[in-house]
Amino acid sequence: MADRQYELVYILPAETTEQQATDIHGQVESIVSRMNGQVEKSENWGRRRLAYEIAHQKEGVYVLEVINGSGDLMKELDRRLRVMDQIIRHMIVRVDEEKNVVERTRTKRQTESERRRVKRGLPPQRQPGEGRPSADLDDVDDDRFDMVEG
Amino acid sequence: MAFGQGRSGGGRGRGGDKKAGDKAQGQRRTLFRRRKVCKFCADKIDDINYKDVKLLGPFVPERGKILPRRISGTCAMHQRKLQTAIKRARQIALIPYVTD
Repeated sequence: MADRQYELVYILPAETTEQQATDIHGQVESIVSRMNGQVEKSENWGRRRLAYEIAHQKEGVYVLEVINGSGDLMKELDRRLRVMDQIIRHMIVRVDEEKNVVERTRTKRQTESERRRVKRGLPPQRQPGEGRPSADLDDVDDDRFDMVEG
Repeated sequence: MAFGQGRSGGGRGRGGDKKAGDKAQGQRRTLFRRRKVCKFCADKIDDINYKDVKLLGPFVPERGKILPRRISGTCAMHQRKLQTAIKRARQIALIPYVTD
């Protein structure tokens, strides 16, 4: 069966050092690779304020991992993360299906607009300086305002 | 049976007259209201992601509740996607459940 893609976000306490964070990342990676998965991307968002207190912490270190693997792998990973007490919160979300839907709607819109433009006798891509110049007008207004102020 | 038929027939006849009157009055009273458009349809945002706090922010007022469709003007499909995104963001403390 084709691999699924998941996103894992976990929060570490604010006082976690860089070393500890990489240790935990290593643990996650070892579990993933042991069960024939792979970590596609790993992102450390750094310290962020939590919207509410978790385990008497007001701040936390967020880490995002994008993982390709099976459902069983994620089940095992979820169980392990629950047990690890350095992790104060984690969440796993399946993303491959939604990603495909987004991709499909985007390409559909693109081809639709190209088709309509060709029908109207225009080149398929939007030319520079075409369409409503609302953004440009706004800029002009802003400039004038700036000049008055300065 | 007969009773039901008679009533529905009469209702229909009278209803038509009344409706016309109501409409005329209604049009006179109508207030001008700006038409609300779905932000996500207008800006062509396909992906409503739970990690994008800046995008979700305007749909979570101070209290922490999800802004209803009748106020934000979001279309049904995007409100549904917004809802799951906000609920996911709440789970990992990017957005509060409640604030007071």
